[in-house]
Amino acid sequence: MSVQAPAAAERARARAERDYARREAMLAIGMLAPAVVFILLLVGVPFGLAIYYSLHDVTTGGTEVRWVGLRHFAELVRDRVFLRSLSNTLLFTATTLVAVLVLSTVLAELLMRDFRGKWVVRFLILLPWTAPVALGLIGWLWMLDSVFSPIDWLLRQVGLLGQRGAPLGALPNLYWLGDPVLAKVSIVLVNVWRILPLATVIVLAGLNSIPRDVIEQTRIDRAGYFRRLFDITLPMLSPILLVAVLFTFVFTFSDMIAIFILTRGGPANMTQTLASHAFFTGILGGNLGRGAAIALFLLPVLAGVSALLLRLIRRSEVT
Amino acid sequence: MATTTATLTAGAPRGRGVGRFASRTVFYLAVAMFTLFAALPFYVMLITAFKRNPDLFDPAANPFWFSQPPTLDHIRLLFTDTLFVRWLLNSFMVGGLVVVITLLLAVPAAYSLARLAGSWGEVLGIGIFLTYLVPPTLLFLPFAKVIAALGLQNSIWALVIAYPTFTVPFCTWLMMGFFKGIPKDIEEQAMVDGYTRLQAFVRAVLPLAVPGILTIVVFAFTLSTSEFVYALTFVQDSAQKTVSIGVPTELVRGDVFRWGPLLAGALIASIPVAVLYTFFIDHFVAGLTAVAGE
Repeated sequence: MSVQAPAAAERARARAERDYARREAMLAIGMLAPAVVFILLLVGVPFGLAIYYSLHDVTTGGTEVRWVGLRHFAELVRDRVFLRSLSNTLLFTATTLVAVLVLSTVLAELLMRDFRGKWVVRFLILLPWTAPVALGLIGWLWMLDSVFSPIDWLLRQVGLLGQRGAPLGALPNLYWLGDPVLAKVSIVLVNVWRILPLATVIVLAGLNSIPRDVIEQTRIDRAGYFRRLFDITLPMLSPILLVAVLFTFVFTFSDMIAIFILTRGGPANMTQTLASHAFFTGILGGNLGRGAAIALFLLPVLAGVSALLLRLIRRSEVT
Repeated sequence: MATTTATLTAGAPRGRGVGRFASRTVFYLAVAMFTLFAALPFYVMLITAFKRNPDLFDPAANPFWFSQPPTLDHIRLLFTDTLFVRWLLNSFMVGGLVVVITLLLAVPAAYSLARLAGSWGEVLGIGIFLTYLVPPTLLFLPFAKVIAALGLQNSIWALVIAYPTFTVPFCTWLMMGFFKGIPKDIEEQAMVDGYTRLQAFVRAVLPLAVPGILTIVVFAFTLSTSEFVYALTFVQDSAQKTVSIGVPTELVRGDVFRWGPLLAGALIASIPVAVLYTFFIDHFVAGLTAVAGE
């Protein structure tokens, strides 16, 4: 009796613990399931459909779906506009990336210091990222207008434009969005403008995480600014700079808003990117299959970026 | 030798004084340049929104200041002659509903991942976060078909179900971080006191998670009001548009730009969203950088 009682109590406790663990597991699943099911349905289904559509003939209006295999892709490889979209996407992303990386490091260094009115400066510097992008870009549409561009007005005032012999030409305007080269420059400029605040705040977070005594020590050692930058700051910043690069990449690579608002892919499809070309083909052209095939070209690169991100996580968990 | 050190040390303070002045000038100049680059388009929007048309459409007039007295005509036109107010209301409506859906889905999921799912929590959490990185431009074509199949095209309801596809992943991830920051003792104590796990979550943990909840409310709202690609694809009916697509698509008809109301509308709708976002941007960035480990 006296031997059995503890054993029974033991069993009862074990059962209670099992019940508790089961209830916890049920609760874990119950609380997680709605979000996971929602994401699987509304991200997973369109994602699967994107692949399915790229192998079929589908139009926006019609209901008929016909298997065409890899025909969309075979046609794309011979499509000059598609090839230009692909090279533009790479060009815009690469140039934006380099500019954002350099400028955000400089700007973050500046914002590490305290000065009067810093909160106003911070609000203004963050505006391009915090304001709805399509609305901020309308400001740029005006800045780059073919007749009323304030930038052109400024250039005319200082004599760089609009007179005979002026360095930028005798015409009254530069036609930012009408000239193939300047239109590309404008897109990159606007991309940099848009992403710079985000990258800067990411780098600032990194700078703040560098221990103060490391910086103090280099000051005492009288290391010069550049010595400090290249030997201490940049190596310690490199993980967070990589984060800034990754998000700049993801947000620039897949963007079509700047193209849609500013150039509509023009002049003559010279500024078309993968995302905007997919939109114009799929929605305005009504060729969903082909549009989906174009958009799918975003996938390998984004998958690569995600893989890089995951490796980064694993490395930081090991150390 | 001694004299050189002496002159060097003696000369140093003055040299440093001049140097400091020069470096401060460079510093303020650099800050000013960056600020100008970021804010100039908004400044020009502000000035132009109050310009009279003859002033506005004169290529020779100073675009950075008024050549004629300012006017409220464009603002009046915007509010009376366009659907601007309707678009604002639509944006609020979509934003509000998306916030509710996001809270209902993301908060329990985040708690489950942070506390109940054990070692699986982190992996699943990262998996969910990665879906935030799947861009709308990859999904919008088939998504448009799904929306049509559900009979929701041309209605703000299409956006109400589409936007949580990016707010839920991001907010779940953010909220996980907040829950992890709350000591486990809180629920354990509550459960010792006789609460079930669910009651402990609702009564003891949620009140402490209010800052986190406020953060995801702000992000679900600002990300919804800023979204462009889905709105452009799903909604063509003028009266159903949100402000983010209504202004750029309805105030530009073909080659006809209604510049005054266009710039005024863009500015008026931008500022509240930007102010709200600015207060919480550090949390947003903390969410992004947390993916790469602390």
